[in-house]
Amino acid sequence: DSRFDFQPAQTSIAQDIHDLHSWLMVVILVIFCLVFGVMFYAIFKHRRSLGHNAKPFHENTAVEVAWTLIPALILVVMAWPAAKVVLAQKDSHDATLTIKATGYQWFWGYDYLDSGFGYKSKLVTPRSQIENYKSAGDAKGEHYLLEVDEPLVVPVDTKVRILTTSNDVIHSWAMPAFGVKQDAIPGFIRDTWFKAERTGIFRGQCSELCGRDHGFMPIVVKVVSKDDYKTWLGKKQAEAKAAADDPNKTWTRDELIARGQKVYEANCVACHKADGKGGGPFPALAGSKIATGPKEGHVHIVLTGKNAMPSWAGLTDTEIAAVITYERNSFGNKTGDFVLPKDVKAARK
Amino acid sequence: MNVENGIHDPHYFVPAPSRWPIVGSIALFCMGMGAAFWMNDVGAGKYVLLTGFAILIWMIFGWFGDVIREAQAGQYGTQVDHSLRWGMSWFIFSEVMFFAAFFGALFYARVISVPELGFFSHTHDLLWHNFNAVWPTSTGPKVDPYQPMEAFGLPAINTAILLTSGATLTWAHWGLVEGKRDHLKIGLAITVLLGLSFLTLQAIEYHHAWTEMSLHLASGAYGATFYMLTGFHGMHVLVGTIMLITMLGRALRGHFTPKHHFGFEAAAWYWHFVDVVWLILFVFVYWL
Amino acid sequence: MSAATETLNPAGHADEHGHDHGHDHDHGHHASTGWRRWVYATNHKDIGTLYLWFAFTMFITGGTMALGIRAELFHPGLQFWQPEFFNQLTTLHGVIMVFGAIMPAFTGLANWMLPLMLGAPDMAFARMNNWSFWLLPPAALLLIISLFVPGGAAAGGWTLYPPLSIQGGMGMDFAIFAIHLLGISSIMGSINIVTTILNMRAPGMTLLKMPMFAWTSLVTAYLLIAVAPVLAGAVTMLLTDRHFGTHFFKAAGGGDPVLFQHIFWFFGHPEVYIMALPAFGIVSQIIPTFSRKPLFGYVSMVYATASIAILSFMVWGHHMFAVGMPATTQLFFMFMTMLIAVPTGVKVFNWIATMWQGSMSFETPMLFAIGFVCLFTVGGFSGLVLSIAPIDTEMQDTYYVVAHFHYVLVAGALFSLFAAVYYWLPKWTGNMYSEKAGKFHFWWSMVWFNVTFFPMHFLGLAGMPRRIPDYPLQYTDFNSVASVGAFCFGLGQLFFLYNVIHTIRGGVGKAPANPWDAHTLEWEVPSPAPHHTWESPPDEALVKKGLVAQALEH
Ligand code: HEA
Ligand code: HEA
Ligand code: CUA
Ligand SMILES: [Cu+2]
Repeated sequence: DSRFDFQPAQTSIAQDIHDLHSWLMVVILVIFCLVFGVMFYAIFKHRRSLGHNAKPFHENTAVEVAWTLIPALILVVMAWPAAKVVLAQKDSHDATLTIKATGYQWFWGYDYLDSGFGYKSKLVTPRSQIENYKSAGDAKGEHYLLEVDEPLVVPVDTKVRILTTSNDVIHSWAMPAFGVKQDAIPGFIRDTWFKAERTGIFRGQCSELCGRDHGFMPIVVKVVSKDDYKTWLGKKQAEAKAAADDPNKTWTRDELIARGQKVYEANCVACHKADGKGGGPFPALAGSKIATGPKEGHVHIVLTGKNAMPSWAGLTDTEIAAVITYERNSFGNKTGDFVLPKDVKAARK
Repeated sequence: MNVENGIHDPHYFVPAPSRWPIVGSIALFCMGMGAAFWMNDVGAGKYVLLTGFAILIWMIFGWFGDVIREAQAGQYGTQVDHSLRWGMSWFIFSEVMFFAAFFGALFYARVISVPELGFFSHTHDLLWHNFNAVWPTSTGPKVDPYQPMEAFGLPAINTAILLTSGATLTWAHWGLVEGKRDHLKIGLAITVLLGLSFLTLQAIEYHHAWTEMSLHLASGAYGATFYMLTGFHGMHVLVGTIMLITMLGRALRGHFTPKHHFGFEAAAWYWHFVDVVWLILFVFVYWL
Repeated sequence: MSAATETLNPAGHADEHGHDHGHDHDHGHHASTGWRRWVYATNHKDIGTLYLWFAFTMFITGGTMALGIRAELFHPGLQFWQPEFFNQLTTLHGVIMVFGAIMPAFTGLANWMLPLMLGAPDMAFARMNNWSFWLLPPAALLLIISLFVPGGAAAGGWTLYPPLSIQGGMGMDFAIFAIHLLGISSIMGSINIVTTILNMRAPGMTLLKMPMFAWTSLVTAYLLIAVAPVLAGAVTMLLTDRHFGTHFFKAAGGGDPVLFQHIFWFFGHPEVYIMALPAFGIVSQIIPTFSRKPLFGYVSMVYATASIAILSFMVWGHHMFAVGMPATTQLFFMFMTMLIAVPTGVKVFNWIATMWQGSMSFETPMLFAIGFVCLFTVGGFSGLVLSIAPIDTEMQDTYYVVAHFHYVLVAGALFSLFAAVYYWLPKWTGNMYSEKAGKFHFWWSMVWFNVTFFPMHFLGLAGMPRRIPDYPLQYTDFNSVASVGAFCFGLGQLFFLYNVIHTIRGGVGKAPANPWDAHTLEWEVPSPAPHHTWESPPDEALVKKGLVAQALEH
């Protein structure tokens, strides 16, 4: 039952790890039974209530040397196979496919470095299932908290190298079924790899505390056949081209607001709420000094974050321009002005 | 020292209940709270911090005053003397470890993080390919350029000053042990003057660095380790100098005997410790 | 008071005024009364008592936070707390339990017992001792106040990893300053312990003849003096990164977030032994007493303690197997970590050999000591599983780790503290606790502890991350079980409080000076221990008698 044990292994590394663990459990259980067998024997036989008299011996060099050396030997026997797995885990060269996984507060971004496109992968479990403060909320789905809008897609039987990094704080890219867990460290690149042996959908969760929604940034990998992967790749590349915001497009205010509302709903609504009134430690945007004050300050805070507010520098210039324009012209805010992608670009410097 | 079968004072001195510790706690509480408010721009923070500091000074005067009075009254027997020696030694050990943390940061930046960002690894290739670094850095991936510090100017003079001060202090100690009170007083006075000159030169150096070399706390890992290491060292020199001034005052009042002068020795140990830290600093922060 | 004690230790029973130090500072000997007795205290017993009550208060505080965590995790979905408040609960729970409950409790015990066990009149620096204690309440206050400042308390976990901890609001600064105060307190407390042990032992009590508890306290204090300043340095760098623009932990300036982890764990791993070694010491006093045999392998116990301390400086990387260290570094840390099992094993085997062929009885202290040995070993074994780097890939930051460290910390450190309290309560209060009530406390704790924390192993194996306020559905059953267990376990601790108060109020009768027939020096003074003891060192013959009975001298 996978509730008691590891998730079924999908890579040879994961299998090695599980075998190591099983072997270790055997050793440990044997030692445990021996050691506590002796102890409980003493507890049941050598007790005062049975009239047992104490024998006041208090040292025995032979025994003491033995119980120092034997455990040391057992450890060597455990360390040897473990070391081999460590070396295998670290050997990420020769990968066929390299994907950069970037942690954001609080979702993942994947860039297919060899194919020149990327996308974000976000939790889709609705808030109405999650928030049960006042009532039991909506019924929780089968993949509650483990479902995303767009999983990472990789081909089966292919060595895939994952480069991890982060946009803000440390996250960790973990896929238990693959035997993979690699921290994503802002400003640095780390790597790990896997070679999935079966097609299917596999799920993991961010495994390093990264702030309020640490529990809400799952990792989903869809392993597909090599052919399916090719088809998907082609589709994805075409889509990416079409969807890319044309950098030369001239935006109108209303277009920006419409676009911004989507961005807001995808990113900001969890804290600042749909009505922009915020709540708890999250300030209201409605009538706020920043959302009605100078544009520069507004752009700055979105780019850099402040206290509980993370940096949103991971969004594109267009997205930031749009969402700021939306915020300045909604919830009763009526600045009437708007921010263009090029303003954001300039502010990033 | 009293290890296996040493001294057993029949009446080990146990001080009377004292108000100073709780005063010190209140002081540090105010300082912690005040500093937290101040750093976050909350109204009265600065004043709470200063009040706490004032209380701390009061506590130090009161507490050490008691200690000096007890010492002069001859209440510290041999076993107490040994305790004080152990205590001071372990305190200095803790200080060593405090500096070790910052030296660790320095070595880590030099050996691991700056090279990784600056010229090898995927990190460099993918994220910071415009950043080329050798130690000492004169820029960071994303910080304003600055000039790293030269070793053979003021820092070298300061090294000479501190080394000399170690010698003059030892000379003063000999004077004390041999009963030559004038040696003691003159030696201490010179040491204090050297300590003050060190501090003055360091202040000049900082001013120069800050205004003319654009070297700030925010100047990357170099600026951070430079200011934090030399800054904490400077604070220790300041404390050491104050300790020595106190000892000078006590010497002038006729305290200490050739056999009993642990207060003096403690200050001297501390001074030598500060000296050694500087040497390591000089080598790894300024020179190499 | 026994006649023997009276003749051998004439000063031991002196009343508040009746003795004379031959000095003229008489004010010291009119013991203060009322609040001054506690606030100005220089008496090691009073200070020890303060430490212990403080630690218990913090245990309840941290435990209440744990119940907040467990309540939220009873069911999937967010029921009670916003996620950010949940993170504050987790962080403060960790910080308060480690720095507020377990460490002060051990320091308090050392304060109360070391002078008595070593035959010293007090701690070496009695006035500084007061300060060590009185820095704790302000630190606790800072942590509690931080819950109410804008942005709330620190929420980055007790490990305070940047950049998350750089993002935090002013609650993080409160936590940093609290850690500074706690560090100063620990350093001063430890200097006192080391000096007392090195300089104030009874005549004839050489280092290799001290009670085991003195040895573990000595080594623990040494570890603390070595690593508390390192932690202070780490959080100071955090503070300057937060407010003064330094780049210790920021790539943008050539720093590295991982640097913090190295410094933190250089402190952090010795820290976990700081919470384990004194427990070993306590158990090494209790098991011989109730087995009516000398401790087996005293010298190897001492060497094991020292080896653990030395090794503990070389294993910190095992907390960082997932940050992406080079293979060789990972192997080094893996091997060193596994090696610690050897000296720890020596200890376990010695305890069992002490019980072997004994004449055992099972009063509450002994029950807790045996419970300790069993469950600590379970925790040690799960530690060993974690130390295998590839396996840790699956376990890092999951509930398996949470299970591991609660086995060593709750069933380890905390159970040993319960054992110590029951063992020495007669000496402290002069009254016997109710054995029935003590046993009930033990069995209740034993059962519910396991109900709470054993299922966490399964959660971890199945992949449930730690520090999350909500979880996928397949983890529901075990979480519910753990939550029920936690509330029941907590309830049992109220019963412990009742036991202690009941004993202070008279218990089940007066305690003799030496109720357990034990052989260390604290049992040579009357129960309750008078305010001043061993004002002149114990007689050599008395010391020798105890050492012979402990088989440390022939
Ligand atoms: C009292 C505290 C304490 C103690 C004593 C220990 C003891 C040990 N710990 Fe634990 N540990 C913690 C407290 C403690 N730990 C905490 C608080 C954390 C988490 C911190 C955080 O992230 O928040 C942690 C985390 C932690 C990790 C990191 C997990 C992760 O985050 O991924 C690892 C990995 O190696 C580890 C290993 C060990 C080992 C090998 C021991 C060994 O010392 C155990 C040795 C004992 C035995 C092995 C049992 C007895 C021996 C025998 C009977 C002999 C025969 C045995 C054999 C030959 C097998 N611990
Ligand atoms: C040092 C000692 C220590 C102790 C004693 C404990 C004791 C307990 N701990 Fe924990 N714990 C840590 C140290 C400790 N802990 C650390 C270091 C962490 C890591 C933090 C981090 O991730 O940063 C942690 C994290 C941690 C977590 C993980 C949180 C997360 O990842 O989000 C959990 C979850 O169950 C938990 C639970 C408990 C429980 C149920 C107890 C129980 O044993 C508590 C029992 C006590 C009481 C319950 C209080 C007493 C009674 C009352 C208050 C009366 C009222 C009670 C009733 C009416 C029932 N602890
Ligand atoms: Cu991202 Cu945790
Ligand atoms: Cu550790």
